[in-house]
Amino acid sequence: MAGSSLVTMQNITKAYPGVLANDAVHFDIGHGEIHALLGENGAGKSTLVKVLYGLLQPDSGSVTWQGQAVKLSSPSVARSLGIAMVFQHFSLFESLTVVENIAMGMAVPATDNLRKRIIEVSNRYGLPLEPNRDVFTLSVGERQRIEIIRCLLQNPKLLIMDEPTSVLTPQEVQDLFVTLKRLASEGVSILYISHKLDEIRELCDAATILRGGKNVATANPKEESAQSLAALMIGEDIQPAIRTNQVKLGEPLLALNQLTITSKSVQNMSLRDINLKVHAGEIVGIAGVAGNGQDELLSAIAGETRSSGEMIWLKGEFVSYWSVGSRRQAGLCAVPEERLGHAAVPSMSLSENAFLTGFHRQKLRTAGLVSAGRCKKAANAVIDEFDVQCHGPHSAASSLSGGNLQKFVVGREILQAPDVLVVSQPTWGVDAGAAAAIHKALQGLAKNGAAVLVISQDLDELIAITDRIGALCAGRLSKLYATTDVDAQQVGQLMGGTHSLEVVA
Amino acid sequence: MSDPSTSVLIALTVITAATPLVFAAIGELITERSGVLNLGVEGMMLVGAVSSFLCVHVYGSAPLALLVGMAGGMVMALLFGFLTLSLQASQVATGLALTIFGTGLSALVGQSLIGVAYGGLPKLHIPVLSELPTVGPLLFQHDVLVYASWLLIPAVSIFLKRSRAGLVLRAVGDSHDSAHALGYRVIRVRYFATLFGGACSGLAGAYLSMAYAPMWVENMTAGRGWIALALVVFAVWQPGWVLFGAYLFGGITILQLHGQGIGINVPSQLMSMLPYVTTIIVLVLISLNQGRVRRNAPAAIGQAFHPTT
Repeated sequence: MAGSSLVTMQNITKAYPGVLANDAVHFDIGHGEIHALLGENGAGKSTLVKVLYGLLQPDSGSVTWQGQAVKLSSPSVARSLGIAMVFQHFSLFESLTVVENIAMGMAVPATDNLRKRIIEVSNRYGLPLEPNRDVFTLSVGERQRIEIIRCLLQNPKLLIMDEPTSVLTPQEVQDLFVTLKRLASEGVSILYISHKLDEIRELCDAATILRGGKNVATANPKEESAQSLAALMIGEDIQPAIRTNQVKLGEPLLALNQLTITSKSVQNMSLRDINLKVHAGEIVGIAGVAGNGQDELLSAIAGETRSSGEMIWLKGEFVSYWSVGSRRQAGLCAVPEERLGHAAVPSMSLSENAFLTGFHRQKLRTAGLVSAGRCKKAANAVIDEFDVQCHGPHSAASSLSGGNLQKFVVGREILQAPDVLVVSQPTWGVDAGAAAAIHKALQGLAKNGAAVLVISQDLDELIAITDRIGALCAGRLSKLYATTDVDAQQVGQLMGGTHSLEVVA
Repeated sequence: MSDPSTSVLIALTVITAATPLVFAAIGELITERSGVLNLGVEGMMLVGAVSSFLCVHVYGSAPLALLVGMAGGMVMALLFGFLTLSLQASQVATGLALTIFGTGLSALVGQSLIGVAYGGLPKLHIPVLSELPTVGPLLFQHDVLVYASWLLIPAVSIFLKRSRAGLVLRAVGDSHDSAHALGYRVIRVRYFATLFGGACSGLAGAYLSMAYAPMWVENMTAGRGWIALALVVFAVWQPGWVLFGAYLFGGITILQLHGQGIGINVPSQLMSMLPYVTTIIVLVLISLNQGRVRRNAPAAIGQAFHPTT
């Protein structure tokens, strides 16, 4: 492949204090090739990609672009060569419009001419987008389209995509793959980073696998199974979560009765007539595309938004007017989607964060004062139980990688032994091993008699672990079905706004 | 030329009261739009006022004095920028310190200037237009800074909305991490914005000592820097509303003085409160519009930027 290489990275080494993020990594991608970069959280994928995009300077190593040695000293140098990148955490400006955002990434003025080109590209690749909308009014899927169109407008030779499908519906994923395959057939090389091994097997021509900052293998994903790829990534076989068959249902612990919350602002979805019962011992899944009321539903159940009347019942008592704290005390814990800034305070240590949600249910105070020792113990318990990679309970939440912090915030609630647990996007941006651990913990919790509600955009996850499943669309909840009775396509219909399926097998 | 009527004379004093607010607020608006909160406006204004007055006293050149006033404000802004942008000190604490420092420094430098007389900036009469009745004296017989303040508003407005540099400035103020990820020089943009704010504050101070008073009095800004800061927030970071707010505030200040003068039977303390209360109420009503706030408020304001990743 050496002759046809678009870019070759050799012996890339990058060290951070205490960590060797990339240790003599090789990477090579050919013209028109869709190449996967695989690895657990912290395996060095982001570092390698940042080097390639000019955001980081490697300590040593070289990059060859179309046979020429190049120095990628900044993203603009990378862009001028024809490297474009769609970030996992979008680098968008919420207060600007779509066209202004695109102009920012391209060093061109936000003119009518640019508007026309945006509409042209969005039609050509099936990515509908209105150039004059303010970004803060857009859904996550729409925001991703901005990033993709921004890249496509630069006629890139290499498109880097970091976890592009984690926020999309199955239909949107299929549409994206059509777009990507079309780009590849036009000669664009695509570097594709994902945790979803099935997607990689469907889409990619080659895969480079990193573990602990080192190359461990280069494989053809079409010839590998998801199992064997995962084994390469983690270095051992993982046991995926397996649904325990038909649990015995207990009492309904959480009940929503015609839950209706009218939103006062354009950014929030209103919730309409949501009826739902979650019983002891079961996991109920709620699918849906981001921005269809997931955040609002979670905050209504958790108590961040108060509802009226007798809309929310917890263990037979109606709690609509209760505060978050009283609900926690009564046994209802929640993990919101946004890890940094919502589930955890970024600048506070893990033990302080353990206190913040734990003090209602765990004895973390002595004589009314925060007990540093007990908080540390509680944080250590989460770190040990959920294998959180960190420097200890004193590390700031913001110093953890996304996956490790996710394990921490989910584990923190599970160890409080709640009767009802509501969790949103439990494994977003988490590697396969950690995801399996979180899934098993959720199942264990349900098995011990808790009612678990999982709100997620990852359909595979919901189908793998839930007992019943439904979908949110435009603030309404579809009928719920036994997960074994429906397939991904049918749940996709529910996500698209179908209230109930006509035929259920 | 006909003698201007009383109402025109009142309107003229409104303009002179509003002009320093327009300068200081528009400078701070640009600074804040880049994500920097500089609470040192009052201090920068005082240094601008004393340095321009000192210059005109020594060299006698008004244009040079205005430039020196701007430079004085910029030196203070540079100090602020070095501490908060390069050394990443807290913007709030540094801004407060800058005001205290500027107050003391200007008093020290200005000791010898107390009681010195200056004739004020010359009025520039626009040919033909200034001869018009009423409109002429109202709009076309001012000093250069008043015209400049009027031109500054549309210029800043167009800069923010239409120019590429303005787009980058807004983007840096919205999310410095995203701007950095796209390869923009966040710190450099913020330095420029902070320096522009300093220049405008210096000019606002120069207007006070060279046109409004015109003389040097210790602490002569009398809280105008703080009013300017409030105007920016309540005007939701939009230049047009800053102009509106400055003239509303200036207008009510003058009107209540005249009201007190003709003996309206209301305690004078209540009358003195009027400009503050009215301006705040009106601008709070403006800022109730959620969409407007989301579009214009710099989300990253006051946050230190660490270019690590």
